Amino acid sequence: MKANRKIGRFAGKFMIYVLLVFFAIVFTLPFYWSVLTSFRPDSEIFSVGINLLPTSVTTEHYERAFRVIPFLRYSINTLCITVMIIATNLIFCSLAGYAFAKLQFIGRKVVYRIMLLSVMIPGTVLMIPQFLILARFPLVGGNNIVGQGGHGFSGNFMGVVLPTAISVFNILFMRSFYISMPDELGEAARIDGAGELKTFFRVYVPLSKPALATLSVFCFQAGWNSFMWPSIILRSGEFKVLSQGLQSFVVNNNVDYGPMMAATVCAMLPVIVVFMFAQKYFIEGIAFSGTKS
Amino acid sequence: MGATMDKRRISKRKLYRNLTGWLFITPAFLCFVVFLLIPAIMAVAMSFTSYNVFTPAKFIGIKNYIRAFHDTYFGIAMKNICLYVLMFVPAVVVLSFLLAVLLNARVRGVKVFRVLFYLPCLTSTVASAIVWKWLMNPTSGLLNKIFTAVGLPAQTWLNNSKTALGSIVIICVWSTLASNIMIYLAALQNVPASVYESARLDGAGGFRQMIHITVPLVAPTTYFVITMALIGAFQVFDQIYVLTSGGPAHATTVPMYMVYSNAFKESQMGYACAQSMILFALIFVVTLIQQKINKESLI
Repeated sequence: MKANRKIGRFAGKFMIYVLLVFFAIVFTLPFYWSVLTSFRPDSEIFSVGINLLPTSVTTEHYERAFRVIPFLRYSINTLCITVMIIATNLIFCSLAGYAFAKLQFIGRKVVYRIMLLSVMIPGTVLMIPQFLILARFPLVGGNNIVGQGGHGFSGNFMGVVLPTAISVFNILFMRSFYISMPDELGEAARIDGAGELKTFFRVYVPLSKPALATLSVFCFQAGWNSFMWPSIILRSGEFKVLSQGLQSFVVNNNVDYGPMMAATVCAMLPVIVVFMFAQKYFIEGIAFSGTKS
Repeated sequence: MGATMDKRRISKRKLYRNLTGWLFITPAFLCFVVFLLIPAIMAVAMSFTSYNVFTPAKFIGIKNYIRAFHDTYFGIAMKNICLYVLMFVPAVVVLSFLLAVLLNARVRGVKVFRVLFYLPCLTSTVASAIVWKWLMNPTSGLLNKIFTAVGLPAQTWLNNSKTALGSIVIICVWSTLASNIMIYLAALQNVPASVYESARLDGAGGFRQMIHITVPLVAPTTYFVITMALIGAFQVFDQIYVLTSGGPAHATTVPMYMVYSNAFKESQMGYACAQSMILFALIFVVTLIQQKINKESLI
């Protein structure tokens, strides 16, 4: 009886491992295969049969990929946009989240409710008006006071950053974090004569580092991977982002799988590296989005 | 005299408090108003105009909506997106739940698997779409190589109007599964172990435990996952833009792709807004129905 149960438990554990390994392969094999392809000479890429081990290694695809698309340029563009998105979200969303959690002021509840409701509006509906607002923004990019004559924010980085400078989700995230912190911390600082801004930056911000890390990691992922909005705003070659570069590869070099995979691997690498170091924060943020329901 | 001084001091403090509150939310609130609230109102207004970038907007009533209902391609796009949602949402919900249960198992090394399962979620939709384009290559793609190795007929995947939409579903499920798995995993870890203990004492097996305990306990999470999956699925764009451009033979034309090309290629902003409003109405109605069903069956 006891032995039977032991065998049963062992078989159960074995099944779990079989399933885990199977799905791990499903999720990682596409990446492994692209890395493999990117280092393979063409003759091997298009050969028949499955060859899951590297036999001969070449870097020619990487060299070609870097020649065909201005990789460095696009990476710097993407990095600039991502850094700006992280900075604005960190500052604006933590300020607003803190105010909603800890400060008393007229209109707090109304504004908070409107923001909550706005989560329901799909991006689809906003896309066209956002573009028009950016393109017709007064006194920017050659526009006059009524927004005519120039191209406004369309075609430059600010056009990509501004609509994502804050996100309601991030404000909710920061608010829920500050709500869980005791009010007494702020009271003590106020008694010592610190103003509200000072209380916030000296007392609460240092304590909310984990939440801010989660928020930055989220913004990093969203910014680095963004595609649709940049391809609407940034049409000229000089200011394009990485995903757009990858996409142009698909259109121009339909059969050049080697360089295409090399470019894709290069574009994916930074996110994976950041994930390796900040794994905890990625998963915490996602878990939060689920518990919020 | 002293009373008025006090009052003045109190109202001054009140003013100061209100000012600081607003000072804190102003940057975020401005962005919110300019890039969310105003665009939302503009979208509704523009859908009733003939705005096309080159000529000033003219009010044309519901003509855009009538046009959309008579537009054959928009009809095809609507049919495609419904098919897509019907395949995508159940697949995402069931698979992410089962895989989260698997990842919640108390075995050694399970944390490593959590990281591996998360990988697809990290890469951009464009990068993973390109990876899959290569995997689904009809002649030298890995998928067909595996298919022929196990004796299945090779497929043409994205190049065939019959299988293209299904292939897009596979790609999208693969790349969005991970985040839903993590959401479920967080919910599963909140279920106290004592619940399972007592069920085991009552003699319930693993499968019955899952159906009678786990599924009802994570029902709010399921509700959240379904809602988010629905809303996201109706707006699928990136993969289709990169991989098929709506083809072959309009098999993967979806509303978002039509909105994009009408607005930014044909410059028919008014018409595109009307199409996006119709899509929004569809999402809204489906989410409402889903809310009704969920309240009755789960809670």
